[in-house]
Amino acid sequence: MSPDQALILAIAVPALGALGVVLAGRWPNLREAVTLVTGVILVLVVGTLLPVIMAGGRPGVVLIETLPGLPIALGAEPLGMLFALVASFLWVVTSVYSIGYMRAHHEQHQTRFYAAFAVAMASTMGVAFSANMFTLFLFYEALTISTYPLVTHAGTEEARRGGRVYLGILLTTSIVFQLLAIGWTYALTGTLDFTRGGVFPVGTPAMTIGILYALFVFGIGKAAVMPFHRWLPAAMVAPTPVSALLHAVAVVKAGVFTVLKVTIYLFGLETVTGSGANGWLLYVAAATIILASLVAMTKDNLKARLAYSTVSQLGYIVLGALLATPLGILGGSMHIAMHAFAKITLFFGAGAILVAAHKTEVSQLDGLGRRMPLTFAAFTIGSLSIIGVPPFAGMWSKWYLALATIDSGRWVLLAALLLSSLLNIAYLLVIPVRGFFREPKEDISHVEEAPTACVLAMSITSAACVGFFFFPDIFYYLAKLIFR
Amino acid sequence: MEQLPALLIVIPLMSAPLCAALPNNRLPWLLATTVSWAVFVMAVLLALQVLDTGTISYAMGGWQPPWGIEYRIDTLNAFVLLIVSGIGAAVTPFSGRSAGKEIPADRLSLYYCLFMLTYTGLMGITITGDIFNLFVFLEISSLSSYALISLGRDRRALTAAYQYLIMGTIGATFYIIGVGLLYAMTGTLNMADLAHLLPSVSGARTVHTALAFIVAGVGLKLALFPVHLWLPNAYTYAPSPVSAFISATATKVAVYVLVRMLFTVFGVHYSFHVMPLTPILVALSLVGIFVTSLFALSQLDAKRLLAYSSVAQIGYMIAGLSLATTLGVTAGLTHLFNHALMKGCLFLALGCVAYRIGSTRIRDMEGLAHAMPWTFSAFALGGLSLIGVPLTAGFVSKWYLILAALELGWWWLAVAVLAASLIAVAYVWKVIEAAWFRPLPEDRRDVREAPLALLVPTWALVLANLYFGIDTRWSVGMAQLAAKSLLGGGP
Repeated sequence: MSPDQALILAIAVPALGALGVVLAGRWPNLREAVTLVTGVILVLVVGTLLPVIMAGGRPGVVLIETLPGLPIALGAEPLGMLFALVASFLWVVTSVYSIGYMRAHHEQHQTRFYAAFAVAMASTMGVAFSANMFTLFLFYEALTISTYPLVTHAGTEEARRGGRVYLGILLTTSIVFQLLAIGWTYALTGTLDFTRGGVFPVGTPAMTIGILYALFVFGIGKAAVMPFHRWLPAAMVAPTPVSALLHAVAVVKAGVFTVLKVTIYLFGLETVTGSGANGWLLYVAAATIILASLVAMTKDNLKARLAYSTVSQLGYIVLGALLATPLGILGGSMHIAMHAFAKITLFFGAGAILVAAHKTEVSQLDGLGRRMPLTFAAFTIGSLSIIGVPPFAGMWSKWYLALATIDSGRWVLLAALLLSSLLNIAYLLVIPVRGFFREPKEDISHVEEAPTACVLAMSITSAACVGFFFFPDIFYYLAKLIFR
Repeated sequence: MEQLPALLIVIPLMSAPLCAALPNNRLPWLLATTVSWAVFVMAVLLALQVLDTGTISYAMGGWQPPWGIEYRIDTLNAFVLLIVSGIGAAVTPFSGRSAGKEIPADRLSLYYCLFMLTYTGLMGITITGDIFNLFVFLEISSLSSYALISLGRDRRALTAAYQYLIMGTIGATFYIIGVGLLYAMTGTLNMADLAHLLPSVSGARTVHTALAFIVAGVGLKLALFPVHLWLPNAYTYAPSPVSAFISATATKVAVYVLVRMLFTVFGVHYSFHVMPLTPILVALSLVGIFVTSLFALSQLDAKRLLAYSSVAQIGYMIAGLSLATTLGVTAGLTHLFNHALMKGCLFLALGCVAYRIGSTRIRDMEGLAHAMPWTFSAFALGGLSLIGVPLTAGFVSKWYLILAALELGWWWLAVAVLAASLIAVAYVWKVIEAAWFRPLPEDRRDVREAPLALLVPTWALVLANLYFGIDTRWSVGMAQLAAKSLLGGGP
């Protein structure tokens, strides 16, 4: 298989998987087998690209040329590789988890669920491997639309309301800001190809660059930069596997990935810093980090708390991108991976608690840790990794982000990062502490550990949280390769 | 081949009385379908010929222009002829089952007769190079479409048709007053001749007045905001295939007339630089886009919703065209083509719904997508095109419109176009959410998918929407050629 074919297959495999899921809809075991097999094939396909990228290859393939100068084209580079690897691997893990969760929870419309999930993954791969902004926009929108049935899966009025906020904010920002910025970029430069060093000619007015960059940062609503973050908590009405993979990994990371990609390959770091376009936006990102953490502290609902924690953590990556220094990009890119493993563990835990004990609020968790030790142990590991203490993987990305802020001399930003870590302890670590050390308020003797499939998935991701502390090389080198 | 321009009009014209003479069974349908397909093929041949050899001039009856009537086909009207005949070729087969259900059986042959007359009229308007002959065809198509609309089974179709008749007649009258004034000034009715003679008298108040009358009259016909009030009722209460055909073609042809008059007859310089038409038309279209989109959002009937959306989409076309730049005119003309495809497809999908449940109210469609997945997939894809999602035809024209606005530095226009797309998202979503994401009520369990005879034409247009969203060489290419020749001087 040539790298070019692998690029196409990375999108075709999950798309065909969706078709397979629909066809196998009548036989649940076969249907889940299709999902798992598709996921494994996808990881292998993406995996074949890794040595090529590591060796310095940059495969690319043009699919069709819709408008002159606007081809739909795929291409692989280190950042996209990193994102695709994380997303495709975690899809397999989430599928294992979903099977336990969806069956234990007796969810309806499971065929639609798995099919939409596969389409969302195809779109995510498309985002990761887009060779130009037009193609990326295409898959970005496909991702929004394909996840709508997942968000509203429950079919209740509340789910529909959540779905409307979700779709409303994501489409509004992407159409009014992002598409405008894309059109404007094209009108100015005549190209949307991702190019090292950016596409803007020297001499483009700093004012124009500043407005365009802001349009991109806010237009990429999936990055959840305040004040356009409301869709993320609204999406929490979705079943937990959706929140886990899509709203901790694929969808939100597609957002911050796009911010990184635009910064590196559409504007170029020199253009961003040179024009001062990132100045005030950095403080918006810092404010997002702190404010979202503060909101998270007030939330008693477990998933809502995790959602705001995600908003805050996305702020880290956006901050890294906005610093527009190699160190910031390194920290931001690594945080895509590190946060993904930690946050998905937390969501898995929240779902396991829901399935096994039917609890949704933090205040109901007292003493549950003794009944569900594995779930709460995984939750502890995930929390510690997000807080960023050794020996957990989250430490590395935070370390490089902190270095980047010091390097840029913006002490306020460093202070924001450190303060946020403290807040993380206050709102995340308190959850397993309550579970393990508080006396239960009610009789919980009937509660048992979560289904095996759920525990298995959580074990894999929490092991990764530890493992990537000792072996962060793959993400480190990929992130380093961006500028080589 | 040489007689192609005449045959394009004569064949459908002759088929109209034949349809009326046939008995009320499937024969008139068969004849109309055959003719519409034959005309489509001829339009394709004609377009290829024009692209190959340039403008074709055909002297009707051998009377040489400017004294006789001239049929003059350049890239622009070859393009519009293709749109009209293409939509005709898709809608006429659809009529077979759909009209069979929605129109009283004893009026079927009459229906096809009127349909072919409307068709002839629209083709005639487009092909002719004579402004009075254009008026004649305008009346043929208008009078027959009033009658067609009144065939709708809802009794409100009668008032809708009457309203359209009054407004349409005022429009036509304004137009003919303008034609009279031009004739008084120049003594000619031939477009090319007028384009040649008008600059020498363009300072005269008579010519200003003529322009005002013609723009106002044609504006009424194309449902330019705020003189669009006849359109929503007419489209809502007409029989389904009629709504599809008229919405996809009649307003487009009226837009063509405006373009022809402003760019060819009066000339770009006079229309847009001497006369302040750019700000007037852009302002009207912008306000129109927002007001009518919001109206669309508040509708309870899907057909009416699409009707209001049509007025908004006409706003996009006029906004692009009135920029009078190559990019702007390309955007307007491409949207003319693409909007015909998307509205045709959407109205046909609603025709399928009406065929099965006899209603197009959004509330009656709840959960219906589970019973009629193909129909509602068609509606969803057409809706995506209407919104302007990439890879559909609708995106292409909006993209060009945004580029055209940014080229002039009118970023506010680009923002407005995008913001209005959001309203389109909301109103399309209203239907999709009801049909796809609500449970099917018990009493609708026995509803079946629409018959193949309806689905095939609908899906042909869906595929066209997708095809022209991906391969734009042809649609944008022709629009671009036409735009260049319009801005470069005479036809």
